[in-house]
Amino acid sequence: MVERVDFDRSAVRLEMQGICKRFGATVALEDVDIKVAPREVLALVGENGAGKSTLMKVLSGAVKADAGQMWLEGVPYRPSNPLEARRAGVAMIYQELSLTPHLSVQENIMLGMEPTTLGVVRWKEVRRRAIEAIEEFENPELTPDARVSKLSVGSQQLVEIARALAIGCRVLVLDEPTSSLTQQDVERLFELIGRLKQQGKAVVYISHFIEEVKCVADRVVVLRDGKVVGSSNVAAITTDEIISLMVGRQVEELYPRSSRQAGEVILEIEDLAGVEKPESASLQLRRGEVLGISGLVGAGRTELLRSLFGLEPVRKGKIRLGVYTGPASPVRRWVQGAGLLSEDRKEEGLALSLSVADNVTLSKLKGFGPLGLVLPSRQDRATRRWIERLGILCLGPRQPVSSLSGGNQQRVALARLLQHDVDVLLLDEPTRGIDVAAKAMVYRLIDELASGSPAEGRAAKAILMVSSYLPELMGVCDRVAVMCRGRLGPTHRIAEVDEHKLMLEATGQEAST
Amino acid sequence: MSDRESSLSEKGAFGSNWRSWLNILGPVLGLAVVYELFVLIAPPSFATARNMETIARQTTIVGMAALGMTLVIICGGIDLSVGSIVALSTVVIAWLLQHAGVGPLTAAVGGVAAAAFFGLISGLVITRLRVVPFIVTLGMMLVVRGVAKGIGREQKIDVDPERLRWLEELLASVPKERSWMMVPAGVWLLVLLAIAMAALLRYTRLGRHTFAIGSNEQTARLCGVAVERVKIIVFTLCAAFAGLGGLMQFSRLTVGDPTVAVGVELDVIAAVVIGGGSLGGGEGSILGSLVGALIMTVIASGCTQMGLPNWVQEIITGAIIVGAVALDRLRHRRAA
Repeated sequence: MVERVDFDRSAVRLEMQGICKRFGATVALEDVDIKVAPREVLALVGENGAGKSTLMKVLSGAVKADAGQMWLEGVPYRPSNPLEARRAGVAMIYQELSLTPHLSVQENIMLGMEPTTLGVVRWKEVRRRAIEAIEEFENPELTPDARVSKLSVGSQQLVEIARALAIGCRVLVLDEPTSSLTQQDVERLFELIGRLKQQGKAVVYISHFIEEVKCVADRVVVLRDGKVVGSSNVAAITTDEIISLMVGRQVEELYPRSSRQAGEVILEIEDLAGVEKPESASLQLRRGEVLGISGLVGAGRTELLRSLFGLEPVRKGKIRLGVYTGPASPVRRWVQGAGLLSEDRKEEGLALSLSVADNVTLSKLKGFGPLGLVLPSRQDRATRRWIERLGILCLGPRQPVSSLSGGNQQRVALARLLQHDVDVLLLDEPTRGIDVAAKAMVYRLIDELASGSPAEGRAAKAILMVSSYLPELMGVCDRVAVMCRGRLGPTHRIAEVDEHKLMLEATGQEAST
Repeated sequence: MSDRESSLSEKGAFGSNWRSWLNILGPVLGLAVVYELFVLIAPPSFATARNMETIARQTTIVGMAALGMTLVIICGGIDLSVGSIVALSTVVIAWLLQHAGVGPLTAAVGGVAAAAFFGLISGLVITRLRVVPFIVTLGMMLVVRGVAKGIGREQKIDVDPERLRWLEELLASVPKERSWMMVPAGVWLLVLLAIAMAALLRYTRLGRHTFAIGSNEQTARLCGVAVERVKIIVFTLCAAFAGLGGLMQFSRLTVGDPTVAVGVELDVIAAVVIGGGSLGGGEGSILGSLVGALIMTVIASGCTQMGLPNWVQEIITGAIIVGAVALDRLRHRRAA
């Protein structure tokens, strides 16, 4: 790599040039260049596995690049670990917050750099510096003595940002910062980013949400398969263009749509309310139909699916599933012909230490041997069918799912619903955290299930799908309803809405008609 | 991440079938090594058939309780009341024989049933009141010990020899004329029950559900596993097996002793853990647990034969427990 001396590096806060990184035979990053100026918000977007995380790990010193150079304000920057990066002024705020919940706000902010005299903490100074860091957030919840565990997620995130400010960061990296925030907190965060920008910080903002990027960033860099495939001023590029760059193909090809024949109403809920959320939800779902539920994180969409499935209590309202009415436990729901795909694959969806076969067959350990016995060989036989049909990359039914990739784990979780042969599929964020190939498979599968196959005697299924990704809902669903603050709006035929309208409804800006 | 991980993981996956074998093989190898070691350094009396029989007999009480504890640990729980339940079982059996005048079979069944009853209570409290097993069974350890002392009025309950009949022989050395039995009936009972429990874990829904709960309770619930019911059954079974351990204990001492088997729960837990059980749940095997129990008896026996004092045995056993688990973790990290 030739150093370009004529370039004025000091005008750029951070520059990464020609970054390459391989893991074994796979290329995670290939010749990646990015630059961020002071007073600039750079958005880094890309599918999962595109290399965003690896790039940020290189930046934070957690991973060492195979080739390439970095400069911080024109000075070569080579962190050998995250601590060094922090000291140099590069602060990372990750999706999972790294706070100590039992300690106070001020202790968290100054953790690891408490000013001391002979080993005794100078609390006055801790307090002063903490107050300095938090006062500009103007958040009444944030007081130096508040316990972090008592704060909302949004405020906790502010504590983390305050910690970054307290050490005098020059580059602030935010990795999917809004994934667990309420709409209000998101707005506050964007305001704060704006102010930090004014103060001269350089901000790198990582997100899948194009809408957010359009809102908060000045410039966007798109990564795909470890390469920079596009870079533009945010004002000069459309959402669709960004998405096409991210997935590397035209959006329509991703979402097949066979002819679907809407049949009888198989799931009907009326004014359903849970303990907190949902407050009120009504819908009708037919066989041969994919109904999407859109909305912001925290709107109560997951809670709706979970209370339908008996994982959370139902306070009031009517549910009818096939011939069964009223709320029921998950045990009953499976028997009644419904299955839920959890949004949280690792914590809930799969038993990671168990094998593929055990995970696929867990909901119905019947018919695998005489006298109700469960013979592993028969579990394996049933599982092999799905391994083949869904293209699950594994060495066999006995491989533990913990060693599979995200996309393959999701295939296993879906295979459970197929093996159980449920009529109603409740899918909560079915493509979260999986790569494009797996997404395409999920979309194809949803289409196949919804259209059924009379020739092969496969009845059409009914699918209720929650997703935060609007293009996906637009591509896959027949109808869509928006949930906003616990209330489910009316369903719209997909032809009658666009992303903009759904977004407005999700943020409660348009009175639903 | 992406599918690229799957290519990386192939090496790990290659071991998936091997791994389940290794889980068993590890402890078995450990047992072989410990045994051979003592054959080399202990006096010749160690390697005799007679001593092997003794080892088998001495393992039976802990082994019996370990069958149930394996289930509890696989489903992610722990049971600290096992020692007390062993004592309770001996007291109930003695009381039934001596004061209720029932036959040995009724007394034995009564002892095991009383044990199971307290396991049922533990299971109910754990699932209904949602208190963690550690606390519930810690409390139950005291409760059951108290009940046992109450029944015995803080005394041992002696039983007239003529009332004992076959109970006396369950764990006694096999007499010459029945040498074809090799080991006494109690040991055979342990072997049979171990096979039954291993089959239960592998081939029944209850067994698969136990593993699923230990691996990820939320997934189990999502998949419609009746988590509460399975836990209640598992804790009841664990206590019942501790009760059988008590039956063996009674056979050995022929008195109902409310102060016996203090701390035995720790031996039982150690056996399961040495045998590959994970206190995090989702892992463990019956064969492994029995081997774990055997390892501890072999060490005790070998040390005794060598004339080593008790405190040396304790140090060695403690080191083995930690060492076995540390090795196991190391292997897991490599495999992951």
